[in-house]
Amino acid sequence: MADTYTLISSQTLSGSASSVTFSSIPQTYTDLLLVASARTDRSYFLLVDSILVQPNASATGYTTRNLLGTGSATQSNTDTAALQLSAGATTSNETANTFGNGSCYIPNYTGSAYKSASLDGVGENNATEAWAGFTASLWSNTAAITSLKLLPYGGANFVQYSTFYLYGIKNS
Amino acid sequence: MASTYTPIATQTLASDAASVTFSSIPSTYTDLVLIANTRINQSGSSEIYCAPNGVTTANKGFTYLLGNGTSASSGRASNDSYIRIGNGAGTSTASGTFATSVVNFMNYANTTTYKTILSRGSDATNAVEAIVGLFPSTSAISSITIVGNGLVNILTGSTFTLYGIKAA
Repeated sequence: MADTYTLISSQTLSGSASSVTFSSIPQTYTDLLLVASARTDRSYFLLVDSILVQPNASATGYTTRNLLGTGSATQSNTDTAALQLSAGATTSNETANTFGNGSCYIPNYTGSAYKSASLDGVGENNATEAWAGFTASLWSNTAAITSLKLLPYGGANFVQYSTFYLYGIKNS
Repeated sequence: MASTYTPIATQTLASDAASVTFSSIPSTYTDLVLIANTRINQSGSSEIYCAPNGVTTANKGFTYLLGNGTSASSGRASNDSYIRIGNGAGTSTASGTFATSVVNFMNYANTTTYKTILSRGSDATNAVEAIVGLFPSTSAISSITIVGNGLVNILTGSTFTLYGIKAA
């Protein structure tokens, strides 16, 4: 039986990094699934410490809607920065050794339609700041996705032991 | 590695269709996952729905948690003919825009319990939502029919893939 859920590549950071890139993504799958466990060294507060996911390193063409629960409230907002994965703990706000976790599912990544993505993320914490987030993102671009560049929202760096896995899923 | 995530069937619409059906679903998996990338002929609310086993009796319920980019809300329906499973992009969006839904049918083949369906709808131009639905039937799910809100057409280029997941 064919393997239809296949690890394309993984990265575990041995030191801090301002970005992580999966390049030369094979065009032989139907969908992509990115799974991240990440923490950043940013020192200032952001409500949601998202990871920005930029197909083909593009900085434009994004529409995002977030739905967030913080443990005491719910809210929804929009953004245009990138595909947004609401998972990336920060040094200043999160318990030590705590990493945010999330996944990003991109169907039909080789197609010529705009690229829609479904993203889920959490940032649990033994302190006041924590959240769970659902996100819908759209990259209004017809190019096939050949790379994914990941950046911490608001700058800073991913820290050591952050992990990123990229899977390919075939529909046949 | 054992293959536990197996494509059962896939459909890409070459023309507009009133519904999409996966039939003769094998009962040999533990769970089902449906990946839908959808556009429907509706300019307003562009939700998509399903009818397991083609049953449209008004006895189904679902509850959603939704964010529209401005506020969060929750609602539910009971005694509904269909179960809401996510979103399609509406015709008010740019051509070539589709919305993604990831739908999990747990323990779909058992013949002793009602079936729970968990969905994530992602329409970046409209709303993001999480939905739980109940199909109140002890029959195994052997087919799934997908329709658009108001039974409008599902538009050309929409894609649907059904995967089977085995516990072992």
